[in-house]
Amino acid sequence: MSTTSGTSTGATTPSSTRAKPASKWEAAADWTDGRLGIYSLAKANLRKIFPDHWSFMLGEICLYTFIIIILTGVYLTLFFKPSMAETVYTGSYVPLDGIRMSEAYASTMNISFEVRGGLLIRQIHHWAAIVFVAAMLVHMMRVFFTGAFRKPREINWLFGAGLLFLGMFDGFMGYSLPDDLLSGTGIRFMEGAILAVPIVGTYLEMFLYGGEFPGQDIVPRFFTIHVLLIPGIMLGLLVAHLILVFYHKHTQFAGPGRKEENVVGMPLMPVYMAKAGGFFFLVFGVIAAVSAIATVNPIWSYGPYRPDQVSTDAQPDWYMGFSEGLIRVMPGWEISVWGGHTLNLGVFIPLMVFPLVLAVIWLYPFLEAWVTGDKREHHIADRPRNAPVRTAFGAAWISLYLVLLIGGGNDLIATHLHLSINSITYFVRVSFFLLPVIVFIITKRWCLGLQRRDKEKVLHGRESGVIKRLPHGEFVEVHADLSQADKFTLTAHEQPQPIELPAEVDENGVARKVGRLAKARAKLSEGFFGDSGQIAKPTAEEHAEITSGHGHH
Amino acid sequence: MKKLSARRRHPLAALVVLLLALAATGGLYAAFAPAEKAQADTSAQSLAIDEGKKLFAVGCSSCHGLNGQGTSDGPSLVGVGSAAVDFQVGTGRMPAQQPGAQVPRKKVIYSQSEIDQLAAFVASLGPGPVVPKPEQYNPSTDPAKNAADISKGGELFRTNCAQCHNFAGQGGALTNGKYAPSLEGVDPKHIYEAMQTGPQNMPSFPDTTMPEEQKRQIVAFVRHTENDEPNPGGLTLGSLGPVTEGLFGWIFGLGVLIVVAIWVAAHTTKAKKS
Ligand code: HEC
Ligand code: HEC
Ligand code: HEM
Repeated sequence: MSTTSGTSTGATTPSSTRAKPASKWEAAADWTDGRLGIYSLAKANLRKIFPDHWSFMLGEICLYTFIIIILTGVYLTLFFKPSMAETVYTGSYVPLDGIRMSEAYASTMNISFEVRGGLLIRQIHHWAAIVFVAAMLVHMMRVFFTGAFRKPREINWLFGAGLLFLGMFDGFMGYSLPDDLLSGTGIRFMEGAILAVPIVGTYLEMFLYGGEFPGQDIVPRFFTIHVLLIPGIMLGLLVAHLILVFYHKHTQFAGPGRKEENVVGMPLMPVYMAKAGGFFFLVFGVIAAVSAIATVNPIWSYGPYRPDQVSTDAQPDWYMGFSEGLIRVMPGWEISVWGGHTLNLGVFIPLMVFPLVLAVIWLYPFLEAWVTGDKREHHIADRPRNAPVRTAFGAAWISLYLVLLIGGGNDLIATHLHLSINSITYFVRVSFFLLPVIVFIITKRWCLGLQRRDKEKVLHGRESGVIKRLPHGEFVEVHADLSQADKFTLTAHEQPQPIELPAEVDENGVARKVGRLAKARAKLSEGFFGDSGQIAKPTAEEHAEITSGHGHH
Repeated sequence: MKKLSARRRHPLAALVVLLLALAATGGLYAAFAPAEKAQADTSAQSLAIDEGKKLFAVGCSSCHGLNGQGTSDGPSLVGVGSAAVDFQVGTGRMPAQQPGAQVPRKKVIYSQSEIDQLAAFVASLGPGPVVPKPEQYNPSTDPAKNAADISKGGELFRTNCAQCHNFAGQGGALTNGKYAPSLEGVDPKHIYEAMQTGPQNMPSFPDTTMPEEQKRQIVAFVRHTENDEPNPGGLTLGSLGPVTEGLFGWIFGLGVLIVVAIWVAAHTTKAKKS
């Protein structure tokens, strides 16, 4: 095709010196390039290398589900009426015939039952949102466990964190829009949370809802925020996020020929693009299939919202589930201060812990950077086992998150496993504090065990399964030496040494002041990289000694 | 008024009140007592009560006492009415077996005629809610009326029942291992009786707070949701709300996508994998 040949030749020859363009397309391309200079730009960027690992495609799943959400969302806005004005339902869904409801709910019913393809699009939109946030969380864990947040990618880590936070809230607002019984219960929950804020709570609530709950304003306001404000900010963040990925280039796992200074993989164009494009359709296909098979948010079963009604199983979508868990397991403490002002700690404390749960994991990279004092760039991804403290911290965080999810679904666990909801609540309260500690210890030991095994493998080779009997009767298993490449890969990681505090007395014999912070840092550093924090990797000498001795074991 | 209150303390006042009360009850009894026609049934009725008493003595008295007066193992049944017996025994809850947070539904061990006899006996102990007649709980034969009943019943259900039984009657948890059961497959008569009698931790909805007609509408709604409702969106995932949706999304949404990603990454254009 003339277009492709245009790209390849154009990239080598400056276009303006060309005598005669080969075709109309080339002429057009030349015209554009003469003014915008895109060939050279394209050449540099289209040859960008992208390494190949399935976990590097999690970010793409986020990207594609986001695109799906935007596309289906636009379709929904064509029919949705963001209004809380009351109307009487006369649509085709008989069980709600003649019921009073808001325009928002009635129009969502209309989308589900009258608009062509409406229900499928609604379900794609909602399932994609559920998968989107899940993919972001897993993508974040990938970045976390491989240490891909280290310099120079800290800012991009924060952009990502912003995307996750906004994604969660945008999902919550979308869930609130149809004004069905669950939506309304969620908005009611939010009202309670806002009211629990001391001093300004009442004012905030009145401001946001435009008066007493439920008022007339919350759905139209959420609509604007849900379809315009947050997606707008997210789009900006997302573009910035991808530009930074592009600019920093992707991290890669260690291996022969892979250095901090290079990236080994496939060129973005055409190989990677072809794969990525194909992957988009696979993602779309899977989401569409799920949406065609399974109902999500059956608002017709929930019925319209009325403040005097509520149902069991009134949970938020899963990504808000941990906040639901915090509220459900918190004892209902309430104290009275300054002559009768109620402080609703039972709601206020969970409200404050909620952002904290996320903040700990987002701030961890900065803690690590401070402890290691490492100012160098890192482009080689860590294997989780080679950063035991970080991995253990991440696992502990996941366990905390899961415990809170269990708290958020305590009623369903109670009915389906025939347990007492009270016992589950007590279990969650204790686990909230205890489980992360246990998981931390286990994970760290596990990582150290894996490091030991790697060391074994490098020094003594891998177990071949062949048993040999020696002349004097002893049985030994033959160990096969690893290939040079494997040995390299297993020993490529760095092992930082713990930072030392300066001597207490300086060279002049004067006592040196060591700040408390510096001491804490040295302690932490010892924990990260001291004897309990990592297994010294085999050195070349160790290896040489063992192999030269023809030793068996 | 003044005069009356002044005479309140008269020595004969108590006697006068007593006489008046006796006259009133006697008169009321004469007015409401079953007339001639009912007389004919009484023999059949008392036969049923006798049979019921025997069944009760064998199967129920260990917990409820020989005369249904209650023991430490079971409450008094005086005044619970025939509807309570028909519900409790007809859903297999009674006779209760092992102690637990709540007496569960189980296999019914009495025939309907035995249940009727037990109910007649317990009803004879004191007046209470009566087993409803089919026209009280059966759906209207007029389709338009039935449709209206379903939508009205839905509204009533969401107001009075969904907070324990879930929007689609799937049930829910109560404290300390107690639960509101799923209403799937529950006989319409038993739905009606549950509302009349309020078994265990369920509140009762007597006719004074929830008229007969509304009960019938609720029954129509529950039956429609459990049996006739099509699933326009595909699998309902148990109609349990966002928790199961989230689980499904993680497993069949993201889970499948990760498998796909692994597959794509494994089929790279690289000639050989090291
Ligand atoms: C093992 C002891 C036990 C036996 C046997 C038993 N019950 Fe019960 N029954 C209970 C308990 C405990 C309750 C209270 C819990 C409840 O309401 O289900 C109860 C409640 C009831 C109630 C509901 C009372 C109300 O306030 O609405 C009825 C009706 C009843 N039983 C009838 C029977 C009949 C009829 C039998 C015999 C077929 C029977 N029970 C056998 C223990 C028993
Ligand atoms: C406070 C919570 C609560 C409310 C409100 C409530 N129920 Fe119940 N319901 C229960 C409990 C608890 C049981 C189990 C009772 C038992 O096992 O004896 C139950 C049992 C039932 C049963 C028997 C189910 C079976 O498996 O046999 C029916 C039918 C029923 N309820 C219908 C209703 C209807 C209709 C309403 C609304 C008018 C309603 N309930 C309101 C708690 C509730
Ligand atoms: C809208 C949501 C998001 C989209 C579309 C997105 C997209 C991407 C893509 C396509 C990549 C490159 C491929 C990959 O490494 O998977 C990437 C990398 C990255 N993402 Fe995200 N991401 C999102 C959310 C997040 C979140 C929540 C975080 C963390 C808090 C995050 C942090 C990072 C970092 C640090 C990198 C660089 C990884 C590396 O070079 O190894 N992103 N993102």
